[in-house]
Amino acid sequence: MASGQQWVLVEMVQALYEAPSYHLILEGILILWIIRLLFSKTYRLHETNKLTEKEKEDLIEEWQPEPLAPTISKDSPYITYDVVTGPPSHKIIINGKECINFASFNFLGLLDNERVKQKALSSLKKYGVGTCGPRGFYGTFGTLALISLYFVFRDEAACFSIQKGLQASRSFIKYFKHNDMHDLERLLQEQELEDQQNPRKARVTRKFIVVEGLYINTADICPLPELVKLKYKYKVRIFLEESMSFGVLGEHGRGVTEHFGVKIEDIDLISANMENSVASIGGFCCGRSFVIDHQRLSGQGYCFSASLPPMLAAAAIEALSIMQENPDIFTVLRKKCTYVYKELQGIPGLKLVGMQFAPALHLQLEKSSGSRESDMQMLRSIVDYCMERQVALTLARYLEKEERYPPPPSIRVVVTIEQTEEDILKAKSCIQEAALTLLK
Amino acid sequence: MTADFVRHATEQPEHWPVQSQKQYDWNRENISIEIKNHRQEDFEKAPMHVAVLTYLGFGIVTLFGYFRDFLRAVGLEKRNLAQEREEQKEFVPLYQDFENFYTRNLYMRVRDNWNRPLCSLPGPVIDLMERVSDDYNWTFRLTGRTIHNVINMGSYNYLGFAENTADYLETVADKARHYGVGVCSTRQETGTLDIHVELEYLVARFLGVESSMVFGMGFATNSMNIPALVGKGCLILSDELNHTSLILGARLSGATIKVFKHNDMVHLEKELRDSICSGQPRTHRPWRKILIMVEGIYSMEGSVVRLPELIALKKRYKACLYLDEAHSIGAVGPGGRGVTELFGVNPADVDVMMGTFTKSFGAAGGYIAGKKELVDYLRSRSHSAMYTSSMSPPIAEQIIRAIKCITGHDGSTEGIRRIRQLAENTRYFRAKVKKMGFIIYGNDDSPVVPILLYMPGKVVAFAREMLERKIAVVVVGFPATPITEARARFCMSAAHTKDMLDEVLHHLDEVGDPDGEGDS
Repeated sequence: MASGQQWVLVEMVQALYEAPSYHLILEGILILWIIRLLFSKTYRLHETNKLTEKEKEDLIEEWQPEPLAPTISKDSPYITYDVVTGPPSHKIIINGKECINFASFNFLGLLDNERVKQKALSSLKKYGVGTCGPRGFYGTFGTLALISLYFVFRDEAACFSIQKGLQASRSFIKYFKHNDMHDLERLLQEQELEDQQNPRKARVTRKFIVVEGLYINTADICPLPELVKLKYKYKVRIFLEESMSFGVLGEHGRGVTEHFGVKIEDIDLISANMENSVASIGGFCCGRSFVIDHQRLSGQGYCFSASLPPMLAAAAIEALSIMQENPDIFTVLRKKCTYVYKELQGIPGLKLVGMQFAPALHLQLEKSSGSRESDMQMLRSIVDYCMERQVALTLARYLEKEERYPPPPSIRVVVTIEQTEEDILKAKSCIQEAALTLLK
Repeated sequence: MTADFVRHATEQPEHWPVQSQKQYDWNRENISIEIKNHRQEDFEKAPMHVAVLTYLGFGIVTLFGYFRDFLRAVGLEKRNLAQEREEQKEFVPLYQDFENFYTRNLYMRVRDNWNRPLCSLPGPVIDLMERVSDDYNWTFRLTGRTIHNVINMGSYNYLGFAENTADYLETVADKARHYGVGVCSTRQETGTLDIHVELEYLVARFLGVESSMVFGMGFATNSMNIPALVGKGCLILSDELNHTSLILGARLSGATIKVFKHNDMVHLEKELRDSICSGQPRTHRPWRKILIMVEGIYSMEGSVVRLPELIALKKRYKACLYLDEAHSIGAVGPGGRGVTELFGVNPADVDVMMGTFTKSFGAAGGYIAGKKELVDYLRSRSHSAMYTSSMSPPIAEQIIRAIKCITGHDGSTEGIRRIRQLAENTRYFRAKVKKMGFIIYGNDDSPVVPILLYMPGKVVAFAREMLERKIAVVVVGFPATPITEARARFCMSAAHTKDMLDEVLHHLDEVGDPDGEGDS
């Protein structure tokens, strides 16, 4: 063995002698270059490398951060909030005073419903309270989800939760004027032109239109049939947010698709929360399994968050059964909404914003003072006046600095089926008095 | 430590125990020794042959995947996933084929190990609904039979509050009858109920801080409050293994994010120094704020944060600390008050204490606690307070009841018993598993026990075999963990009896040995 190795070595040395000189020189230079590269310091453009230790210490000493949470003045409207004693049902005890509730989104009055409570209690007995885990790990009882998108056309008045969801998805967002189909079509045409110029990119860019069925900020409805037409013309998908319209619009309360008679398969994804008409907690997403199955693995709020407590899911299921069994509650709700809409017109100094059958309307100041703060204070004084007289209202709250298009300050007026004509007339007279007394 | 623990536990439970404040000498050496004395953390790396086999395994499955995709494209194999509508065939495809590659070809084969439906509460012993698949896991069919009395090692039920014994739940049922289940409004409008105010007061007292605020959903607590605290021009230093909710919150805030190696204080210090010296990227203006985000216990690794060192660092460099105690609140510490109690650190030193009620309290939701200015600021600026519904009243009552039980305020020693039981169970289980020769990660005090199995095939076989023997475990693999570190995770509970643990250990031994892990 050893002789074999030696023989190879001899051959190698011979080869070295016999190689042409340029070859050897080249090899030599290469080896030297490699050695140099191995030992040279990596070149960094970072300036801190050039700082001495003393300089670094000085910088660290000098640096003063802002306080984590700036102090808020004691009379900021945000810290002093209204506390409700007991359930926020039709007769609500707010700040110690019993009032008629025109402020909680309990449209179908299911918050106090005995059947719903019973189902919740029996679920409590069986399953306890929490689920102790996400859906994947023995927590399969209920649901909630976040979605990931790509290229989105969004209505300007879409609510904050949509804004944040889209921001998290890191898609490219274009805004179109609220409910303005011409503006949307213009944007879609622009996009089409861009696509023609760059067909490869166009083939992989998914496009979506995101709208709400009933807008929470403006209390009006989206023109769904026109949207569906645009969808097929420009090949974009529609995502519909139905938190306000689910359980409100449509003959059986199925939402804006039923209201307009649009086929539900034409909408790619519908998401809604169960905190308004369904009077529970949580939300749902529905659509074809093609879309939903993908979310089961990639929806962050679904995969990484503990599942909904069974009690709340049971309450929601019972609420849905009630909605299916009594479709006439929707007609009653619509009648009340129309009545409230009629009555609240013509209040001096305030204008009613919203559509006839929207259960959550806004009362805005006819003439703004110019400053948002003073507008809000004015509206707050009206709310306080009404609460003194046992009508519970609330200011619509927004994070002005975070919202892209902050809606003007307003008072939220909510219609529920538990309100009687008397209640509504009382509310109207309170608001009228308040406006006459306080708005000069 | 045991002596301290016993003294604490027997001292007048009706008084809120005062946080013991050890005065730390900020000499780094002392702190390291302190930590070394208290707890050991091991993270053995995979042996070479295992790593190679794992990569090989993934490679083979991927090749197979490509082959099957080809067959499906050609039409030789049936496409089992839902398809796009006929009317929308010309639309840009919703999913790139490659995005689903993992789902179609790898996850589908093994997905019977996840999303197993229960038909009982998630207590120490559960009933699973039996389901079978006739088409290799594409669809499942419930047979209608139930698998009874499966020992549950997968739910986060640390203090055993997932229970439905009648007298314990009475107050919760009362509140459900009185308040109903929903709230129908946000905290800033008409959603603040008296029960929320009571709960927040109790949580603040429990943690030993000035004030707290509760939210309906734990995930949302992080993702909606971090953007309220930091924004553009701020720096977030986030641990490598932070939870998705923390990462989402950090991304939504718009701040610059830098990641430091898991629990590596040296790396963190280096990042802090470099960042302060160089300032914001490109403009080099000084940072507005620096926030260090860590978790109390990391649920995938079972490791505990090095809190005293972190506090020393944060004080030295004037940064703020955000501590997510989702898994550690109620589960560690002699009084169940989390990692601050475990290390004897003053809770006022942690700027933002966050936690969830899902794990140790058997409810749902999260909290943020700290100084009064911080919480007041959050009440006005939190996305959650403005736009989301507040916590459901019966859930709030469950948390109130759980806190009263843990602190002994309900007049019994049940809370202390549970905390002690959890600690004992953790110690016992970890010691026994180590003796068997398995490789486990994490701190000796952590009730989360990840047992390393490394290879994806083993992990799946393990889960199925344990289910046959009526033990429910959670297994995790890529992409939730690094590719060569697939593991089975056992969650301890105060409700587990010694017999249950012995049975689990017995089966673990049997299942473990044929796989060849009997050798250390």
